[in-house]
Amino acid sequence: MASDTIALGIADPDARPIGERLHDWVVTVDHKKLGILYILYSLFMLVIGGVEATIMRIQLIVPHNHFVSPQVFNRMFTMHGTTMIFFVAMPILFGFGTYLIPLMIGTRDMAFPRLNAFSFWMTAFGGLLLYFSFIGGNGLYGAGNAPDVGWFAYAPLTSRAFSPGHSTDFWTLALLVSGIGSIGTAVNFITTILCMRCPGMTLGKMPLLAWLNLVTGGLVILAVSPLTAAQIMLSIDRYLGGHFFDTQAGGAAVLWMHFFWIFGHPEVYVLIIPCFAFASEIIPVFSRKPIFGYPVMVGATVAIGFISMSVWAHHMFTVGMSSYGNAFFTATTMVIAVPTGIKIFNWIGTMWGGKIQFRAPMLFCIAFLFQFLIAGLTGIMLGASPFNWQLSNSYFVVAHFHYVIVGGILFTVFGAFYYWFPKMSGRMYNDALAKWHFWLFLIGFHLTFDFMHIPGMLGMPRRIYTYEPGRGWDIWNLIITIGVFFQIAGVLVFVGNLLWSLLKGEPAGNDPWDAWTLEWSTTSPPPDYNFAKIPVVESRRPLWDIKHPEDPDWKYE
Amino acid sequence: MSSATLARSSNESAWALPSRGRVGMFSLIAAESAVFTIFVVAHIYYIGKSLSGPTPKDLLELPIFSTVCLLSSSLTIHLAVRALRKAKVGVFGLWWFLTMALGAIFLVATGREWQHLIYEKGFTISTNLFGTTYYSLVGLHAFHVTVGLLAIALAMIFTLLGKVKPEHSERLDVFSLYWHFVDVVWVIVFTVVYVIGR
Repeated sequence: MASDTIALGIADPDARPIGERLHDWVVTVDHKKLGILYILYSLFMLVIGGVEATIMRIQLIVPHNHFVSPQVFNRMFTMHGTTMIFFVAMPILFGFGTYLIPLMIGTRDMAFPRLNAFSFWMTAFGGLLLYFSFIGGNGLYGAGNAPDVGWFAYAPLTSRAFSPGHSTDFWTLALLVSGIGSIGTAVNFITTILCMRCPGMTLGKMPLLAWLNLVTGGLVILAVSPLTAAQIMLSIDRYLGGHFFDTQAGGAAVLWMHFFWIFGHPEVYVLIIPCFAFASEIIPVFSRKPIFGYPVMVGATVAIGFISMSVWAHHMFTVGMSSYGNAFFTATTMVIAVPTGIKIFNWIGTMWGGKIQFRAPMLFCIAFLFQFLIAGLTGIMLGASPFNWQLSNSYFVVAHFHYVIVGGILFTVFGAFYYWFPKMSGRMYNDALAKWHFWLFLIGFHLTFDFMHIPGMLGMPRRIYTYEPGRGWDIWNLIITIGVFFQIAGVLVFVGNLLWSLLKGEPAGNDPWDAWTLEWSTTSPPPDYNFAKIPVVESRRPLWDIKHPEDPDWKYE
Repeated sequence: MSSATLARSSNESAWALPSRGRVGMFSLIAAESAVFTIFVVAHIYYIGKSLSGPTPKDLLELPIFSTVCLLSSSLTIHLAVRALRKAKVGVFGLWWFLTMALGAIFLVATGREWQHLIYEKGFTISTNLFGTTYYSLVGLHAFHVTVGLLAIALAMIFTLLGKVKPEHSERLDVFSLYWHFVDVVWVIVFTVVYVIGR
C-alpha cells in the first residue's frame, strides 16, 4: 500500500507540464531541491564574477591599457569581490551543506524546512539587489551606478559625501539581506545536526562533513551577525544622518575596519571549513582507508573555530595599532596555523599506505593539499606584522588570498562537485572531460596566481587601474592574464561536462565510489523522503559495516 | 504494521536528542547577541567622543518604572507557561495578558522618552555621536520588544479564540526564551546607556 503511493509519487513529476514542475522548484521546502537551487545560483554568479575578473585582467595585461575606464575598473573589483564571497562561495557551500547534511546524518529533511527556503530566497534576493545597482544605482545624482567602494567598503569612502547616488546603498542592503539568509541557514545547520541525527549516530560517530558544518554554522552566527550590525549602522549613517563612521563628527573610520574584519576573518574559515569537510570525505574514499585521526580532526576544527574569532586585526597592521595589538594579532595568526597544519598531516596520513585512486574528485583534493599549504605559508608571512607593513595592499596579498579561495576553496568545491554529482543527478560525469577540466584549470591557476606574488613583491599595489611600463611588472601581468584564459577554458569544459552528463551520462547507481557514508545507501537521486526506513548506525562508516559484516568498524571504535 | 510501530517507538525512547525549538532559539539568540554586542561596543567606544552637545547627563533620566515592568514580564511569562503546562488555560491567559501589558507599558515609556527628547529637546539621531548610538541601540532593543509583543499578541488572540491547548506549552516555552533574552539585553542596555554612559 505505502510502496504503491511512493512509486506513483516518483513517476508523477515527469508527466506533468513544465510550468508545474518549475512551480515546484519555486515553492519547494525540500532540502535537496534547495541545495541544488543554491548550487545553480552560485554557479551562475561564479560566471558573472569570473567575467568581472576577466575584464580586470584584460585591463592590466599591458601597461597604459584603456580597455575600460577607471570608474568601471573600480566597480569591477568591488563587484567581483562581493559577488565571489557572498554570492558564490557562501551559497555554494550552503548548497552542498543543505543537500548533504540530512542525507549524511540519516534524516528526511532539515530541522526547519521553511526557514531553509526563506534563507535561500533571501540570499538570492540579496544578489538581485546587488546587481540591480547597475540599473538603479544612479539615483538622481548622475553618480556612478554599481558599487565602487571595494569589497570591504572602508569608511569614510562609503559616506554620502564621497559616495553619492545609491550604489553603496545597494551594496549595504544586498549584504544585509543575504546576511539574514546566512544566519537562517546557520541556525538550520546547527539545529539539524544536533537534533535530527538517526538512531545510533552519536556526535563521535557523525561523518566529518556534519561535524565541520556544525562548526561552520557556529562561525556564521558569530561572524555574519557583526557584519549585519555594521550594515545597519552604515544604513543609519547614510539614510538617517547618523555619525557612526563620520570622522567629521567624532566617529571613527577605524571602527568600521574592526567591525568588518571581525566578520571578515572568521568568514575565511566559514568558507574553508566546509571545504576541509569535502576533503575529509573524498580523500578517505579514494585512498580506501578510513580518515586518519578523526578525533584530532574534530578537535582541530573546533580550535580553528575559536581561534579564528581572535585574528581579525591582522588585516589592519598598516592602520597603526599599538605594538601590543600588533604582537597579539601576530601571535594568534601564528597559533591558528597549528590546527590547520594538523589537518594537513591528517589528510596525508589518510593517503599514506592507501590504495589511491586518481579519480577527478581526488585529483582536485590532492591539488588542494599542495595549494592550501602554500596559501597557508604566505598567510604566515603576511601574519608577521613587520613583513605585512612591506607587502600589505600589494599584489602579494591578492595572490595569497586567491591561493586560499581559488586554490583551496574552489578546487575542493570542484572535487565535491564531481564526487556528489552522481548522487544529485543519478548520472556519471564524463571522466575524460573532468580530467581536461582539472589540468586546464590547474595550469591556469598556477600561471595566474603563482606569478601574481612577484609583482606584489616588486611593489605593485592592488586595485590599481593601470601602471607605468618598465617597472619590471609587465611580463608578470601578461603571464597572469594568460593564465586567466586557461582557467576560463577549464570552466567551459566543466560546464560542458555538466550539461552533457546531465543528459547523456551513464546511470550512476546508488554507490558509484564504493563509499561509506549514508547518502550512498539511498537511490541516486534520492527520493523526496530520502530513506524509506530511517537507518540505524553503529560506527562512523555505516556502509562499510553493511558491506563487511565479518569485520565491521564498530568493533574498533 | 503494529510491530513496525512498536520498533520505531522503542527506538525513539532509547534515542533522545535535544528539542529542535530550543536549539534553534538558542542559535538565534547567539546571533542576536552578536548583533547587540557590536552596537554596545560602538556605544561604549563613543562615550564622551561627541564633538558637540547635548551630553547624556543633560538629557537622560533613569527609566526605573519601565525597567521594572519589562523585567517583571519575564516572571509573568514564566508563570504563564507553567500554568499552561499544568493545563490551566484560564490562569495562562491571565498571566499572558499581564506579560503583554507590561511589555506594552515598556514600549509606551520608551516612546514617551523619545517624544520628550525629539520634540521638547530637539535631540535626534543626527544631532551628535551620542544621538546616533543612543537611538540606534535603544531603538534596536525596542524593535526586538515590538517583535516579541506582536508574537505575544498573536498568541493572546489564539487564547481568546480558545485555540491554545496544553500541548502548545512547549512552543510558548521556546518563545519565552526569546522574551527572557530581550529582558537580559535591556539590563545591559540600561547599564551601558543610563548608568555608565551618564
